[in-house]
Amino acid sequence: MSLQEIDPLPFAFSFSMIVLGISLVLGFIRLLRGPSLCDRVVAFDLLTTLGVSMIAVYVMMFEKYAELDIAMVVGLVAFLGTVALAYYTEKKRGEL
Amino acid sequence: MNWIAAALLIAGALFSLLASVGILRMPDLFNRMHTTTKSGTMGVGCILIAAGVHSHDFRTGFVAVLIFIFFLLTAPVAAHMIARAAYFTGVPLWKKSVMDDLSTHKKKHPLDSES
Repeated sequence: MSLQEIDPLPFAFSFSMIVLGISLVLGFIRLLRGPSLCDRVVAFDLLTTLGVSMIAVYVMMFEKYAELDIAMVVGLVAFLGTVALAYYTEKKRGEL
Repeated sequence: MNWIAAALLIAGALFSLLASVGILRMPDLFNRMHTTTKSGTMGVGCILIAAGVHSHDFRTGFVAVLIFIFFLLTAPVAAHMIARAAYFTGVPLWKKSVMDDLSTHKKKHPLDSES
């Protein structure tokens, strides 16, 4: 049995999905616990990044390559949300 | 090709796990941001390039590289804006931090955009 005959991809899909799920749970703990609003914004940013990763793994798993565009849109909206939250946090300084 | 895609997938997943452990265990908001931004971008980049390698398709690879470049461009901007907002809203630094170059400007910021 040579190296060519082994298919490592099913193991890699399961492993990366499980590890990304654990990462989501850990990031969500920080989202709930964060002492300040900015901690929550950072945790939200990480959660959307992990969501894009999970969409990419899903695209590979089921070979629906057209759905990689969803990952692009999610990344764009996440960036806009993070920037808006940071901007208004700074504007509202002293009131929070 | 399958081996390259699998290795990139596992590396990306481990980078993402590193980012999450960092955001949970680091003592300070700025340390947390340091961990999250770099490691998270690396993880999503590895996984996207794995998707591009796995599909033997030019369009998918192009879109994957495009998303990666987009992340590389936007992650520092977002991190900079959160750090700025956090610093000027008075989020405390860690007790063992050595440098605070902006400490003289803490009350009134010279680049302040509002009146």
